Amino acid sequence: MATTHTLRAKHRRSRLRTLAFLSPWLIGFTVFFAYPMISTVYFSFMHYDGFKPPTWVGTKNWKYVFESYPFFWPALRNTLWLVVIMVTLRVLFGLGIGMLITKIKTGTGVFRTLFYLPYLAPPVAATMAFTFLLNPGTGPVNSILEKAGIPAPGWFNDPSWSKPALTLMFLWGVGDLMVIFMAALLDVPKDQYEAAELDGASAWQRFRFVTLPNISPIIMFAVVTGVIAAMQCYTQPLVAGKVASGVIQGAGTMFQPGYPEHSTLTLPQLVYNLGFQRFDYGSACVVALVLFALSMAFTALLMRRRGGLIQAGD
Amino acid sequence: MPGISRKVAAALAVSASTALLATACTGQSSSGGTDDASKDTTITFWHAWSAPNEVAGVKALIAGFEKAHPNIHVNVVGNMTDDKMNQALRAGGSKAPDVISSFTTNGVGKFCSSGALVDLGPLFEKSGIDPATTFPKAMSEYTQYDGNRCAVPLLGDAYGLYYNKTAFKKAGITSPPKTWSEFEADARKLTISKGDTYSQLGFMPNYHGWETTTEHYMGQFGPTYFDSSGKSTIATDPAVSAAFTLQKKLVDDLGGFKKLEKFRSGLGDEWGPKHPFQTGQVAMQLDGEWRLGMALDAKPDFEIGVAPLPVPDDQADQYGKGYITGTIAGIAATSKKQNAAWELVKYITTDTDAVVGFSNAIHNVPSTLAALKSPKLKYDPRFKTFLDIAANPNSSTSPASINGGVYLTTIQELGYDYESGKVTDLKAGLKKAAAQIDTDIAQAK
Repeated sequence: MATTHTLRAKHRRSRLRTLAFLSPWLIGFTVFFAYPMISTVYFSFMHYDGFKPPTWVGTKNWKYVFESYPFFWPALRNTLWLVVIMVTLRVLFGLGIGMLITKIKTGTGVFRTLFYLPYLAPPVAATMAFTFLLNPGTGPVNSILEKAGIPAPGWFNDPSWSKPALTLMFLWGVGDLMVIFMAALLDVPKDQYEAAELDGASAWQRFRFVTLPNISPIIMFAVVTGVIAAMQCYTQPLVAGKVASGVIQGAGTMFQPGYPEHSTLTLPQLVYNLGFQRFDYGSACVVALVLFALSMAFTALLMRRRGGLIQAGD
Repeated sequence: MPGISRKVAAALAVSASTALLATACTGQSSSGGTDDASKDTTITFWHAWSAPNEVAGVKALIAGFEKAHPNIHVNVVGNMTDDKMNQALRAGGSKAPDVISSFTTNGVGKFCSSGALVDLGPLFEKSGIDPATTFPKAMSEYTQYDGNRCAVPLLGDAYGLYYNKTAFKKAGITSPPKTWSEFEADARKLTISKGDTYSQLGFMPNYHGWETTTEHYMGQFGPTYFDSSGKSTIATDPAVSAAFTLQKKLVDDLGGFKKLEKFRSGLGDEWGPKHPFQTGQVAMQLDGEWRLGMALDAKPDFEIGVAPLPVPDDQADQYGKGYITGTIAGIAATSKKQNAAWELVKYITTDTDAVVGFSNAIHNVPSTLAALKSPKLKYDPRFKTFLDIAANPNSSTSPASINGGVYLTTIQELGYDYESGKVTDLKAGLKKAAAQIDTDIAQAK
């Protein structure tokens, strides 16, 4: 018996020690993830305006968001557009710039700095600069295009061009990806290239069979973090829409984000609009949960069907 | 726990604690009003003004109050946004405001229905002040919701017509238009095309043309928006369809949506010195009283004229009315010093000299009928037009709604679709918008 007691006490001490070491993470997880997450689910079934106590409404908020809220589906489409098109282009562009710079023999430092600097620009300032550059009436980009005889787009003022304009801006700030890709590219063992060359591999084959497998975990990282960032896209489309529309909220007027024609509306904007401007926390929680579910689904899909991007042992 | 497995017990404990935690943050703060306003106390006042002359105006206003109430000290916090105020009204706490002042009248319905701001009706009664005879009708309307007066007007904004007198003379127009038919003819006369754009546009009719919003146009038609049961009337009120039809006609007559949009996208922003009216690119502008000072500051090379906005041809006798909105003030339900807070609110919103002084300082329209007539008001003679619009009994506003200005956004969205040609059947569009407004209100209840 005495031995059993000693063993139990030892186990208990060991468990407590483990919990003590885990506690910083456990506290953080509970306070910043588990509690907000459970609360979001809880409030999605409640009518809650932030002032009066919440009341149970069942699936009313879910029905409202999916069936009656006119901005949900346009915002979802825009968010998915950004996830698919913008993330793909950003990864390709970041990788391309990274490859080019690693190949350059002289002035590498200058080019690295030049491509990295835009990434440091604050989002609001960068967006305002782009809305100025791409102004269809007075912007220098359209003036040059018109002089060259190329039909100038309406950019942030045209619903079919507003998302490409946003993408262009995000491509300009691709410096973060470029740095990561450069590090990965420089890490590829040189002897593998030499062996491939001896085997008579073309440039494309060297890229396909040597570079790509070596940097695939980095590509996966860029895609997953890019998808999550695109899902959270809030500031840039909001500022671009506000500045391009010419409307700055005045007394007694309301600005519905998404100008022009809901083309720059994203799901995070809806969460803010519903929760903090309309006082409809229940519906805001529904949109937040949709956003969370989508992020999880995309990440799971990418991790599961990674198309050979991550090899065993990575 | 016999009969209950450990897992179930744990799940129950987690659910219960989650529910407790969730509800712990949501309790409604009880309203105060037990403080003694004659004792030495300090209250906090949040406002949204930020320009140096505005901040100086607030400072002078509060100095006047503290002189009249030496025992009440006011901690003034400026440049606060509506979002920050919403958050502070929810959270309360020692640093939260006792009195708030917001630029957005759209929040009144939300503030009143949620109980975020105290109902001032009983306080007005106790002080022997009748809001109906103190404030202009439209201002009195936008500061209450469903019988709950949770806000008070604190200076107002009246919308009128600015016109380029020099361009009028060149075009042979002798006086500002009084009806929309005259306006339309003048806008065409004042429009000078240059290639596929304009060297001068008579009027920018497109929504997004800064203050040219649906509710501002509609103010001239006198719409009802809601019936007595709170249902949207926009599909049945002829004033609404008349306003939409007029705007669309202006868009088509002045060059069409696409051409106007291209021109608009190249114009300067609303609050900058390159505002298109100030640069002479647009000859007529629908705008608030604040534009006069801004336009004069820009030193344009033409003479500025000011007039009320036109009215529909069949309402010519109501010429002189306009759309009214403005700043509102209220007392936080979480405040523990509501009696002292009421002294401040009463002073800044109903003391004629205080209202006049503040109006002189920040060039907004006074918000009491007595202040509107006060000989102490100092203003450019043209500013008188806005004082008259504010005092006009036919002037209107957009009423407070339980979900704030969501119904106005819905109407505005239809406006965008109708002006661009995306919606061609106005009647069907209005029906759909009215149904959406009713759904949104049901969701907010």
